[in-house]
Amino acid sequence: MIPGSFDYHRPRTLNEAVGLLADHAGDAFILAGGHSLIPMMKLRMATPEHLIDIQDIGELTGINVAGGTIEIGAAVTQAALISSAALADACPILRETSLQIADPQIRNVGTIGGNVANGDPGNDMPAVMQALDAEYLLHGGGGERTVKARDFYEAAYFTARDESEILTSIRIPVPAQGHGYSYQKQKRKIGDYATAAAAVILSVSNGNCTAASIALTNVADTPLWAQAASDALVGTDLGAAAVTAAVDAARAITDPASDGRGPSEYRTHVAGIMVKRAIEAAHERAA
Amino acid sequence: MASISMTVNGREVSGDAEDRTLLVEFLRNNLGLTGTHVGCDTSQCGACVVHVDGEAVKSCTMLAAQAAGSAVTTIEGLAAGGELHPVQKAFHENHGLQCGFCTPGMIMAATDMIRRHGASLDEKTVREELEGNICRCTGYHNIVKSILAAANEMGGAQQAAE
Repeated sequence: MIPGSFDYHRPRTLNEAVGLLADHAGDAFILAGGHSLIPMMKLRMATPEHLIDIQDIGELTGINVAGGTIEIGAAVTQAALISSAALADACPILRETSLQIADPQIRNVGTIGGNVANGDPGNDMPAVMQALDAEYLLHGGGGERTVKARDFYEAAYFTARDESEILTSIRIPVPAQGHGYSYQKQKRKIGDYATAAAAVILSVSNGNCTAASIALTNVADTPLWAQAASDALVGTDLGAAAVTAAVDAARAITDPASDGRGPSEYRTHVAGIMVKRAIEAAHERAA
Repeated sequence: MASISMTVNGREVSGDAEDRTLLVEFLRNNLGLTGTHVGCDTSQCGACVVHVDGEAVKSCTMLAAQAAGSAVTTIEGLAAGGELHPVQKAFHENHGLQCGFCTPGMIMAATDMIRRHGASLDEKTVREELEGNICRCTGYHNIVKSILAAANEMGGAQQAAE
């Protein structure tokens, strides 16, 4: 399959890229790794007239952990996330999640920015970003603004990003020292999108859960931050009753489609199992 | 139409192609390098794996324009001086193929894997790392055996040189 026709641009600076977006308002798409966009263009689900390839914009490729904040450039690949020692130390759920996305060749090209910004509810990183309370930096003609991951997703492929804006980086507050974490993903086959998946970050002190954050992948039109489920864990010993309460609260907010990954009821059921496994794994890892 | 230039298998090449031309088509149609195959055309099967600037990628899901200015290595670029590359030799000796359609992608994925892991490559890692390469004939047993044999030979050779 061959994509429809378009004009290819490869700007060297962010300002140049923003200028190109403004010049071709509504008809231009950002091309990062292209591993979501090019397949969509082959299927004519996306028909941009202009593609703006950001690979030469150096300021989009750094990983920086400093002052309690992790900053990851939008063009950082999944492979770079996996091999970053700084991230493995400060926020290991990112590596655990990246390793569950697609396959090694795709991870060499696919970027974190594309994964969080394109709005596909099947993508894994958006829920992780919601669990971590990350924020996204958006750069447009009018300057820069930030949007929280928990506020970014509006519907499948619709986000708070204006079509004149570029996602430039992701900021994540460094999770508490000794936190527990887990990303549990049920998929039909290797490389597939989730039937359902859950991200859990939690802290434990003297046997009691002091903080918890749970988010869900691919069980609604958008990723879901499960606030009630998170709250159900805080102040408990993370015993069976607390886990069941969190699982029930998480299942209550899902609204998955019935599709090739299974009927809606099944996917809701699986979401609960993923939440349970992720809580248990995170609990075990918490120091 | 634009003129696209890159280095392929150590040779400077250029060709006229539409902006929408995929890297795999550029390699096959413009350059006549038909060793890189198109299987699923949806970045799942791995028959189209090549190296771009030293990293394994799926060339059915990359535009030729994205690889402009880069160094690309295809299956045709592995053998040197009429000698098979150690990974090619290992596939030959261990019967790591039947129909051969997936083999170029398997070998390009394998060379990338061995470059990253060296002689420490074990069976579990090979099987995990092959998740993006699909074979429909042999069942992966001999492919894994071939890659481990090549890793052993290449890692051993590397150690001897050091």
